[in-house]
Amino acid sequence: MIQDIRSIVHEHARLNVDIAKLADDASLYQAGMTSHASVNLMLALEDAFDVEFPERLLRRRTFESIASIAAALDELLASDRGASAA
Amino acid sequence: MALPNIAAQSTPKETATPLERATWIARNVAAPAASSVDREARFPAESFAALRDAGLLSALVPRRFGGLGCSITDIAAICDVLGQHCANTAMVYAMHQIQVASIVRHGQHAPYFRELMHELVTRQLLLASATTEVSVGGDVRSSVCAVEAHDGELRLRKQAPVISYGEQADAILVTARRTPESAASDQVLVLARKDSEHAGETTLERTGGWDALGFRGTCSCGYVLETRGSAAQILPDGYDDISSRTMLPFSHILWSSLWLGIATDAVNRARAFIRDAARKKPGTTPPGAMRLAEVVGQLQTMRAQVQSAIRDYEASYDDADALTSIGFALRMNNLKVQSSTLVVQIVQQALAICGIAGYKADTKYSVERHLRDAYGAGIMISNERVLGASASMLLVLRDD
Repeated sequence: MIQDIRSIVHEHARLNVDIAKLADDASLYQAGMTSHASVNLMLALEDAFDVEFPERLLRRRTFESIASIAAALDELLASDRGASAA
Repeated sequence: MALPNIAAQSTPKETATPLERATWIARNVAAPAASSVDREARFPAESFAALRDAGLLSALVPRRFGGLGCSITDIAAICDVLGQHCANTAMVYAMHQIQVASIVRHGQHAPYFRELMHELVTRQLLLASATTEVSVGGDVRSSVCAVEAHDGELRLRKQAPVISYGEQADAILVTARRTPESAASDQVLVLARKDSEHAGETTLERTGGWDALGFRGTCSCGYVLETRGSAAQILPDGYDDISSRTMLPFSHILWSSLWLGIATDAVNRARAFIRDAARKKPGTTPPGAMRLAEVVGQLQTMRAQVQSAIRDYEASYDDADALTSIGFALRMNNLKVQSSTLVVQIVQQALAICGIAGYKADTKYSVERHLRDAYGAGIMISNERVLGASASMLLVLRDD
């Protein structure tokens, strides 16, 4: 999943550093992601993982780093699985 | 029969609340000077001398640092009452408090800024801001200029298309990239000092004037700013955090509050006009009375919007997560666009009620200055840009 996130971040977050050199917990905002770019990133993530970010996750911290995005997606995918199993 | 001297009688007592003191200054100092401040496009110096004497420049500083410990609710009420009497005084006061709020929230844990809070109280320093930049225009969330730091010293040079009251301010909060290598969006806020005890640290070379339609007394000229100082003058939190949790909500709430003041005074003038017309022809309803009923409703709507935004902000003031959410940013953007649009509509309606007496500058029903100032609300901070940002956020926010 981390690799998928990395390639989506690479394509949409418009960072001005090489993503390969960016740690999973490094701040994407400090790496040059603007709030406009973060919206495009959210849409691309929703598309790729077939999820919808609920309002409670639409905050700065969720998209702070590759690791925080992975944690949010894990949570969404787990609850999706839970819902379909029920 | 001698008339009582109202001004002397109502001098605020030591025990007066901050709002009572501000109200007294608004009526007795700001209002009489409002027309000359506007005509001459000059800084409202007499208002600020009085606000300093009353300790109101440090109203937001917590009591444990010697300030008045006011909340945003208190400051919004002060902006409203100042806006009813002199919009220029209110706008400068609002912009100053936005800077103070940033220092109070984001500087409290840094010794330099704790000391500065004491200075805000004892010296009643006036703070301005330089957030826009030539070549990035109104996009305050990206910078070209960068902090250059060596051995604890910093240097910064910024081409600012606007620094309101830059020449009168004692210090200016300046956005810049964190380092010369940082991304445009990786910004910090630097305090550039120019008060007497720090003379020569900051220079302003004027590059543009301010002969504008309204808010003429804010002296929003363009400058090249150069400053040097200690690295301790950088606020510890990043500007993205300062902006979303403090500057953005404070700006939209305080500006909306002073626009509400402008609208309130315009409606009061329209009320007076209709009342005087009714007195002249007892028994008949003056022709503009229906329009007055309509505009009073609009004013109530505007007041309700501002008050509910203040309540929301107060309710999540310490919840960093909630304040950095898309929902909250949209809420504040909406407040800004709605209230800056409503203030123009309300003042226009007041003008239609007062007619030629409102159009002229030298009558007691005049709303011509109000209208010129009201237009600034959607222009000086472009509604187009705010709506553009909201439109982008709405792509991901599905429900309200």
